[in-house]
Amino acid sequence: MNWLPPALSTYAADIDRIFYVILVITGIIFVAVEVTLIVFMIKYRGREGRKAYYIEGNTKAEVIWTVTPAIIVLALAFASQDVWSRLKNPDRFPSDALTFSVEAKQFEWNFTYPGIDGVLGNGDDFTIRNQLHLPVGQPVVVHTSSIDVIHSFFIPVFRIKQDIVPGMVIPVWFEATETGEFELACAELCGLGHYRMRARVFVHSQEDFASWMAEQS
Amino acid sequence: MATVEAVAGQMAHAHHDDRSFLRRYIFSTDHKMIGIQFLFACLFFLLVGGLLAMLIRWQVAFPGKPLPFGGIFPETMAPNGIILPEFYNALVTMHGTFMIFFAIMPLLVGVYANYLIPLKLGAPDMAFPRLNMMSFWLFVSSGIIMLASFFVEGGPSAAGWTVYAPLSAVPEYSGVSAGQQLWIVSIVFFAASSLLGSVNYITTVINMRAPGMTLFRMPLSIWSLFITAILALLAVPILAGALVMLLFDQTIGTTFFLPEHGGQPLLWQHLFWFFGHPEVYILILPAMGMVSDIIANGSRKPIFGYHSMVFAIAGIAFLGWIVWGHHMFQSGMNPLLGTSFMVSTMAIAVPTAIKVCNWLATMWRGNIQFHTPMLNATAFVAMFTVGGLSGIFMASNSLDIFIHDTYFIVAHIHYVLFGGSLFAIFAAIYFWYPKMFGRMMNETWGKVHFALTFVFYNLVFFPMHIIGIGGHMRRIYDPTQYTFMQPMQPMNRFITISAFLLFVSQIPFVINFFWSLFKGKKAEINPWRDNGLEWTVPSPPAHGNFEITPTVYRGPYEFSSPEVDEDFLPQTTPLNGDRRTAPEQVPGD
Amino acid sequence: MSDAVVMSGGVHAEPGMRVYNQKLGMWVFLTSEVMFFTGLIGSYLILRSAPGVEWALPGEVLNVPLTAFNTFILICSSVTMVKAFAAIESGDQKGLRLYLVATVVLGAFFVGVQGFEYYKLIEEGFLPHCGEELAALVPSCHLYGSTFYTMTGFHGTHVSIGVLCMIWVTVKAFRGKYTQGDHGGVEVIGLYWHFVDLVWILLFTIVYLI
Ligand code: HEM
Ligand SMILES: [Cu+2]
Ligand SMILES: [Cu+2]
Repeated sequence: MNWLPPALSTYAADIDRIFYVILVITGIIFVAVEVTLIVFMIKYRGREGRKAYYIEGNTKAEVIWTVTPAIIVLALAFASQDVWSRLKNPDRFPSDALTFSVEAKQFEWNFTYPGIDGVLGNGDDFTIRNQLHLPVGQPVVVHTSSIDVIHSFFIPVFRIKQDIVPGMVIPVWFEATETGEFELACAELCGLGHYRMRARVFVHSQEDFASWMAEQS
Repeated sequence: MATVEAVAGQMAHAHHDDRSFLRRYIFSTDHKMIGIQFLFACLFFLLVGGLLAMLIRWQVAFPGKPLPFGGIFPETMAPNGIILPEFYNALVTMHGTFMIFFAIMPLLVGVYANYLIPLKLGAPDMAFPRLNMMSFWLFVSSGIIMLASFFVEGGPSAAGWTVYAPLSAVPEYSGVSAGQQLWIVSIVFFAASSLLGSVNYITTVINMRAPGMTLFRMPLSIWSLFITAILALLAVPILAGALVMLLFDQTIGTTFFLPEHGGQPLLWQHLFWFFGHPEVYILILPAMGMVSDIIANGSRKPIFGYHSMVFAIAGIAFLGWIVWGHHMFQSGMNPLLGTSFMVSTMAIAVPTAIKVCNWLATMWRGNIQFHTPMLNATAFVAMFTVGGLSGIFMASNSLDIFIHDTYFIVAHIHYVLFGGSLFAIFAAIYFWYPKMFGRMMNETWGKVHFALTFVFYNLVFFPMHIIGIGGHMRRIYDPTQYTFMQPMQPMNRFITISAFLLFVSQIPFVINFFWSLFKGKKAEINPWRDNGLEWTVPSPPAHGNFEITPTVYRGPYEFSSPEVDEDFLPQTTPLNGDRRTAPEQVPGD
Repeated sequence: MSDAVVMSGGVHAEPGMRVYNQKLGMWVFLTSEVMFFTGLIGSYLILRSAPGVEWALPGEVLNVPLTAFNTFILICSSVTMVKAFAAIESGDQKGLRLYLVATVVLGAFFVGVQGFEYYKLIEEGFLPHCGEELAALVPSCHLYGSTFYTMTGFHGTHVSIGVLCMIWVTVKAFRGKYTQGDHGGVEVIGLYWHFVDLVWILLFTIVYLI
């Protein structure tokens, strides 16, 4: 039973854990509701000459099934809270991250890398179309921007998604845990070429990445 | 203070009916005829939406293969039957638009608010019958405008039913210009229609209840339609305002949503979802209300926890205003807002849970009659539960990072809107058909239709959860572009074939519906042995509804009451001890 | 309550709120209108208060004195509306007609002045979409134009529709259709009129004065 794609970023497992926790809880509720429904349908099916039990409500029961779900959902909200802010709140981004930028446009991704000096905007930057290269085991922040419509930066194996809004620069971070080649997709309908707005993601070992960077600058 | 006799005098026209054909069937001001007109129009739009869905599914499962019968499409849409990407985007947009604005919402509100409110409250008609007629014709015009957009250059809108700016605002970005403008104009017409309807429903519920029909004796269907009307009254103008801004951005050069000149694309999303989330409750509350009526009837038991049901509806409606941001978790809005929207969204699951538990408790120790309406109503409970539970996955903002804009959302939408609203609509159609048309629909074929629909519906939409958490994006023209989605293609084909079968499963319904109009068994006054006021007048009721204004003695759910031998007790039947005349004080206060 | 029975012109008194249908319906409709203008005004405030957006000072683009005068006109028309209603409440047909005509004239005058204002602005090149030269002079000129024309335009449309309805009510008044006991139409249009007036005071404040 492996529905989720492989989890290849530092926080992917945390998101998957939330998924499984919710899956178990909702799964139990699901089974409970459906089984109750079916049992009632069979047990209390209509028979001639019988009359239903006349009851209009029961405050105690109703309080129970108000309070129980309330507790469950608030607990879930609480459990989700930390991962969310760790992923999305720029104040909590890792401080030792490499910084890239990406400019999305219909229907391509232009990634700009800082070059060997490691700083964007210093002359030795270079831009590559539809290819994201990064080192494994090293946090990366990508400053996203768009020059036309809204796109969405989606790397399934990293469990990251962020809409890219024209007129805004929104940072996204991730840290890959395995080397290999993966896919980046545009997840927001952005026009007729939306379906092929795809980029390849190359996760290199640290050494390979350094030499690749040197080669390119 | 009007006495019963005075009121009865007003309604004497329930007898003679000398209206011309045109006044009677076309430009009718009778709420029942308007409801029926809405029903036919909406079923037509439902068919349109369904056909569009078939095209979408074909493309997703068999990308690049020519459609069977595809030759009928022009070069600009599907040359040689092969769907173009721009046409695919238009199909997705129009499917959502037709289903939400022209099928589900008016099926619930246009049809049943119109048909049921006066009948169930004991009123001769709506408060403003002529506005009501205008509301219908505005709706038809808006539907025609939307259909017309298929035939203009560039095709219909292709920016999704949520028409996010700037894609929707700048023709160069989407390749659609006239089509997008027609979309906006059409929805503005729709908004006007909805506004007239809401004013009518609200005024009628507040002011035109029969003597004795206090607020807490109203059936839950009426409560939910009433609260829905309030939601629509307040939410739809927000959409109308936003649409006008969008239209201006596209035509007269304003820059509300265009970042080049200081506009904000996210402003569109805030406005749209501030309307949009209340809108999704507009799409479910009436369904919940009608299902409550039908479940009580089918179980031959009072609805469990009537008051908590009313408060749950009100609670959902209230919370519905502060959760819109859950559609925008990944939109780039302030992440701190994401947290507050998660909490409010989680909270809205609570009244939802109350309702599900109350329905189950209503069936507990009942004497359940499995007529077609009841089957559909239980399916509603079973399927809506799934949709509500999948909502919790997405309400977790962290998990939503991954599943936002995937097929998981598509699965959720369809579990609440098809599994929820549409099953409720089927239940309502089967249930009130005898009152509307004076004939019964065929039970056997009703059950066949139900069984097929239930099975194929689940085969279509349940697997979408699975490919959704596999990362399969929604609104994707050709999934095989991505290597990680290629293994999901067999599942996609399975879904598509099930979808075709689901579509075919509707044939028994259509035949049953039209055949019964002419050949169905003649309906009695009260075929379901129900308590509501509409079941005390002939099927179909005469113009003006009630010959004398009914007096209401109790709530609508007195099934299997120990006070009488039968297992039902109509709201208008006086028992010993009930005052036989209208109560002197005004009901409801 | 018995008043309501007669006033609503034949529709019997329903149990419920002690208000006749037309009046209740107008209140309900106006709630919707509140949301409509809330959407427009809210968007304006959001756009204007965004970081990095500067806004032209009051009077820099718009003719404040002229519009202040126009605001005064609209307020006067609300006063004459109140007078018209008071007149028919006491059965004064002549008063009703006089004040209705005054309301129509003042309302139409308001729309006229607004049209004149638009004309002048457009002549200066101030359009919903700013021209090059103006964009250099006026900060956030595009947003300024977008919001100004949309908000005042919608308000103006509301006044214009109000004037048309008011003319219709006036014609009915001249035909003697309203009586001391039955004048729901006057009351209902009055509600709308005061609402539109109120919206204008709000718009005048936030668009012209701050
Ligand atoms: C327990 C109750 C519910 C919860 C917690 C819930 C939660 C959510 C969330 C968080 C989303 C946004 C997902 C995303 O885009 O990432 C969503 C989408 C949606 N929901 Fe629900 N929902 C609930 C019930 C309903 C109901 C009753 C309806 C309609 C009848 C509904 C209709 C929709 C629709 C149409 C969308 C998708 C909009 C779009 O992007 O096209 N939901 N829901
Ligand atoms: Cu894109
Ligand atoms: Cu929502």
